[in-house]
Amino acid sequence: MHIMEGFLPVKHAVGWSLATLPFMLLGLNAIKKQTTNKPELKMLLGVSAAFTFVLSALKIPSVTGSCSHPTGTALGAVLFGPLTMVPIGAIVLLFQTLLLAHGGLTTLGANIFSMAIMGPLVASLIYHLGKLVKLHLGVTIFLAASLADLLTYVTTSFQLALAFPDASGGFLTSFIKFSTLFALTQIPLAISEGFLTVIIFNMLNRYNSRELAALKIFEKKECLRQ
Amino acid sequence: MKIKRQQNLLMLSLVVLLTIIPLVIVKSPALKADGKEAELFTGADDKATLIIKELSPEYRPWFSPIMQPSSSEVASLLFSLQAAIGAGFIGYFFGSRAKGANTHVNANE
Repeated sequence: MHIMEGFLPVKHAVGWSLATLPFMLLGLNAIKKQTTNKPELKMLLGVSAAFTFVLSALKIPSVTGSCSHPTGTALGAVLFGPLTMVPIGAIVLLFQTLLLAHGGLTTLGANIFSMAIMGPLVASLIYHLGKLVKLHLGVTIFLAASLADLLTYVTTSFQLALAFPDASGGFLTSFIKFSTLFALTQIPLAISEGFLTVIIFNMLNRYNSRELAALKIFEKKECLRQ
Repeated sequence: MKIKRQQNLLMLSLVVLLTIIPLVIVKSPALKADGKEAELFTGADDKATLIIKELSPEYRPWFSPIMQPSSSEVASLLFSLQAAIGAGFIGYFFGSRAKGANTHVNANE
């Protein structure tokens, strides 16, 4: 999903980097606050980062005949809020950029924006909406993770369409072209990511219900239990 | 707890299915002009660069990666390393919590 190195015009590269900056600062601040107030949650934060590490390393074949990978950012966004995932997602992206030539330094800002800002924001939004309408927690987590994954790639398509509008059809035609590639490829992967996130949530619920309670995930003794 | 475990297994099997189905149903494309078989299941990112080239043929990437894995084998090594680090940490976490949590879970049941 990452935009390849050098494949964003300078103006766009700088623009997306600047747009990312405030979220990054807020995110660092959020992590600092969370780890000083509740140091016992550090390990859980590590698990959220590790989950993103694993999922974004898995290149999975899709029905369109292309491969892509999930993002894994929803878990941490639901547990710790969207801002916390900004620096964590950025670390994963930096790792892939420097060691794997996957993504790029010049496109890092844009990639952080789609994967580490938009994805977690969507996840968090869906999670709170689901809670509001008292949707089953498992279903809520599934939707939050799937849609965060999908919207990450829609954002990438948006960014590319903005930088490379179609000569005749303009932005929209270009957006359709990119999202046909990215978003369609991503649909089965997004569903997989939804399931995987619910699985790890079930496991956390089993082994770490106390920590989840500290994060107010299960209010009024609400459980994933059916 | 048993129901939950079955749920997890069911979801995991669905993930496996979702991964395998494309491998079975996607037919390999027609031969390319030079008679070579077109590659299937390449990265979506690479295909995006093809779209960019089609949309604005005059665009040239202005920066290239500082370090390229020297072959796809080396790249897959690094990708599996990334997954292993993550999975290792998650495994360690659950392993270290399993003992203490069991008493807690039992108290809940």
